[in-house]
Amino acid sequence: MTSELIKKLDYDATFDCVQCGFCLPSCPTYLTMKEEKHSPRGRINLVKYAVEGKAKLKDLEEAIDLCLGCRQCETVCPTNVQYGDIYETAVSVLRENRNKKLDSKIMSLFLERNYMLTLMYKGLKLYHTPFMYKAITNTKMLDILPDRLGNMAKILPPVKKQKNHVNKPFRTKKTTIGFFRGCMMDAFFSNINDLAIKILEAHDIQVVEISQQTCCGALQHHAGEMDKAKTLAKMNIEALEKYDVDYYVNAIGGCGASLIEYDHLLRHDDKWNKRAEQFVEKVKDISVIFDQLDLNLTNEINKKAIYQPSCHLQNVQQVFKEPENVIRQIKGLEYKILPEKDICCGSAGIYNIVNYEASMDILNRKMTHVKKVEPQLIITSNPGCHLQMLLGVKNENLEHTIEVKHIVEVVAEACGVE
Amino acid sequence: MEELFVALQDALKKGHVSKEVADLSSYSYDASFGEYMPDIICQPMSTDEVVKIVKLSNQFDVPIYPRGSGTSLSGGPLPVNGGIVLDFSRWDNDITVYEDDLMMDVSPGVITAKIHEIAESYGLMYPPDPSSSSISTIGGNLAENAGGPRCLKYGVTKDYVVGLEIVTANGDVIRSGGRTVKNVTGYDMTKLMIGSEGTLGIITKATLQLIPKPIDTKTAMLQFDDFVTSGRAVSKILRSGILPSKIEIMDKYCVDAVLSTHPIEHVTNDAESVLLVELDGHPLALEAEMKVIEETCQALPGCKVIVARDKHQASELWEVRKLVSPAIVKFGPTKISEDTSVPVSQIPEFFKSIERIRQEFDLNLVVFGHAGDGNLHPNIITDKRKPEELKKAEQAVAEIFKASLKLGGTLSGEHGIGLFKKPFMYNEFDEAGMAFMKGVKKALDPNNRLNPGKIFPDENERFVLVHDE
Ligand SMILES: Cc1cc2nc3c(=O)[nH]c(=O)nc-3n(C[C@H](O)[C@H](O)[C@H](O)COP(=O)(O)OP(=O)(O)OC[C@H]3O[C@@H](n4cnc5c(N)ncnc54)[C@H](O)[C@@H]3O)c2cc1C
Ligand code: SF4
Ligand code: SF4
Repeated sequence: MTSELIKKLDYDATFDCVQCGFCLPSCPTYLTMKEEKHSPRGRINLVKYAVEGKAKLKDLEEAIDLCLGCRQCETVCPTNVQYGDIYETAVSVLRENRNKKLDSKIMSLFLERNYMLTLMYKGLKLYHTPFMYKAITNTKMLDILPDRLGNMAKILPPVKKQKNHVNKPFRTKKTTIGFFRGCMMDAFFSNINDLAIKILEAHDIQVVEISQQTCCGALQHHAGEMDKAKTLAKMNIEALEKYDVDYYVNAIGGCGASLIEYDHLLRHDDKWNKRAEQFVEKVKDISVIFDQLDLNLTNEINKKAIYQPSCHLQNVQQVFKEPENVIRQIKGLEYKILPEKDICCGSAGIYNIVNYEASMDILNRKMTHVKKVEPQLIITSNPGCHLQMLLGVKNENLEHTIEVKHIVEVVAEACGVE
Repeated sequence: MEELFVALQDALKKGHVSKEVADLSSYSYDASFGEYMPDIICQPMSTDEVVKIVKLSNQFDVPIYPRGSGTSLSGGPLPVNGGIVLDFSRWDNDITVYEDDLMMDVSPGVITAKIHEIAESYGLMYPPDPSSSSISTIGGNLAENAGGPRCLKYGVTKDYVVGLEIVTANGDVIRSGGRTVKNVTGYDMTKLMIGSEGTLGIITKATLQLIPKPIDTKTAMLQFDDFVTSGRAVSKILRSGILPSKIEIMDKYCVDAVLSTHPIEHVTNDAESVLLVELDGHPLALEAEMKVIEETCQALPGCKVIVARDKHQASELWEVRKLVSPAIVKFGPTKISEDTSVPVSQIPEFFKSIERIRQEFDLNLVVFGHAGDGNLHPNIITDKRKPEELKKAEQAVAEIFKASLKLGGTLSGEHGIGLFKKPFMYNEFDEAGMAFMKGVKKALDPNNRLNPGKIFPDENERFVLVHDE
């Protein structure tokens, strides 16, 4: 037993695992790689063995690196193993033990401060220029294969960003909402944020935009850079607390998950844990608000549709039924359940860039199920999944038959909000 | 080992052989609480590859441990002597359906639930339904002769396999049985292989028999004021002229554990014991049959009957049973699952013994299981980090077996002997019986290379959970 590791890794949590294997069929990496070390049960056991000195830290690396952190295993586990905690400590310990990965460094640089977002936005725009593409591939700046970037670049939507300050504090309304735009989301999909706000306003909800908000810290957190994640969390808590609103709403499954775990992230911080607890109580995904509203769904959408949930919306935010409740209400829409719907699409933050091949294997499995259902519309709830599904559709040459839309876009269309 | 490793790399596809610590660690456990490191992992994808592995293992004198999904509760696939773990979970996709024969050929790694799914897509059914069916492989089911709730009416795994392809200990490939329901040509090697826990041969293909899928099902939950009466109810139901497809039982501790995290409508935790009964067949017949069950049980003292009004409520009621095995872990992290079977008439007596053992050893001892066929799962929930508790558990396990055998029961109904029940083999068999089985093992695997260290106890071996330092 290495006493140092027992403090750092969540050894106790590994004992809740009875090795029943119930999580195996829900783990995307196990389904595609068919090796026990790439299953939740295997990963948990490796962490345990590392503490007990039966395996070295380097033996954990591949298994932990290839975990998507989708946490579907946690949702299906009958004994309630806290895989998220085990995984988080493993990532953190591994990170201390090796050089920071270049890509995560770049990511955190871009995401750290709000003013960096503008830079990132510009960077993304540059992504689309042949110059930048060449620069990146030639210098191997991100230490990743060219075709990953090539593929990602092909599916990145053209960046359009018109900052829309919706801040009308003088209107008195029933519910007030502080809107969390998220950085990635706002760079790629600012129109979705705008639409979400318009839909809320059209349903008599007052929306306040919080100017000091910053990145949610999800990517830093997943890269094991806990200090940075905590700093960002505190900045957001501080920013949102200033407003007396009923909910903090976002349209990004992944960021919402990060926000909703601020209490967990700051649990050992006596100055912040109470504030964090109060904060997370107000965090809501847009679909939860939609589900509570009596949506004015006037327009028909005559399409066969499937829904690909965001893992973190489900497994961390525990939002399962609401998006489908909303989708089922839309007139004309023929809603079909995608087989293996609850299994991650392989996007998972920057996983699809860092672990390109593994991610594509998972995506291909997803697309075989999609092709069986033959939908005309894929509905998503998170920008990462959205891009991944776009990539899947593109890889299969189905761009002309299948559209990919965020649930906000679909609801906007059904409500006649533009 | 190095030379063997290189030879195996030549014999198998790239990436299907490993001796990395991460892989060895990942095949060092199953769903029991044992832990043994293998030396090499192989993931064969064809019979030819299995033959090559077996021949190499002979050449290098290294044991082979076949493994499916590692859900064994008896330590079946654990590589107790090191050597090769032969992992079949990757070879999960060779499936041929002979629709008009109601038969199906499968490779050993096919997941049981996949077999259910495919059979259903043809309007057919593969009856054996272990609770682990979404994870376990058919190879593991065959090697353990797995059962499940539906086995009350339909029988166990052995009743649905008509042919096998087997790689023998010396690397020959043999076929047993065929693709007909009837077959008495020669010895029934198929049945000998089933339940042999990977110690007599390696199964590389199975021909399974399917049956027409019953049109509908109907469920009732019976709550009892006392445990012994619920046991009596089982015999009453079985003698009422109706054969349910399932009769499952849970004691109050199990129900409590489930309800504490999963409240379920209409289900209260005030009953001492709960039976779940499912009937299957034509919807019209089901109505009438359920009436008979209701009348039969209401005649017993302190019995409350809830008949599920629709499919939704039925699946809610079954949810309680499904969640029991994992839910009871809330009493402690280490679960010692036993798997005794007693004659149905002896269920009430067996319950009395369990109650006595629970009080005597002051342990978290709970019972659930397949009451309809007398296959009960007493579970001791403890913490393997507490040696005093484990000592008591050791004694309690021995007492449970004693009670079961005294009532004409057996050590294991479906989970197999494996590693953890072998110390009790002489309690059930005498010298001659054991010698006969050992003779079979010796004849088919003279060098003891297939899953050694299982089923047969070492001399003077006794059951231990804690090892004195
Ligand atoms: C939560 C839970 C519930 C369970 N419920 C049930 C239940 O209701 N009924 C029941 O019967 N069991 C049950 N089990 C026990 C277990 O699932 C079964 O024993 C199952 O058949 C094991 O299948 P596996 O693929 O996991 O095999 P493994 O556990 O990997 O191996 C089991 C045995 O089969 C041998 N083996 C595997 N493949 C082959 C092959 N191709 N050729 C020769 N030998 C082979 C192994 O050497 C080993 O001895 C349960 C287990 C769990 C964890
Ligand atoms: S993590 Fe949960 S589901 Fe997976 S093997 Fe462990 S106990 Fe079973
Ligand atoms: S988080 Fe996702 S990828 Fe990682 S072990 Fe769990 S199910 Fe598998």
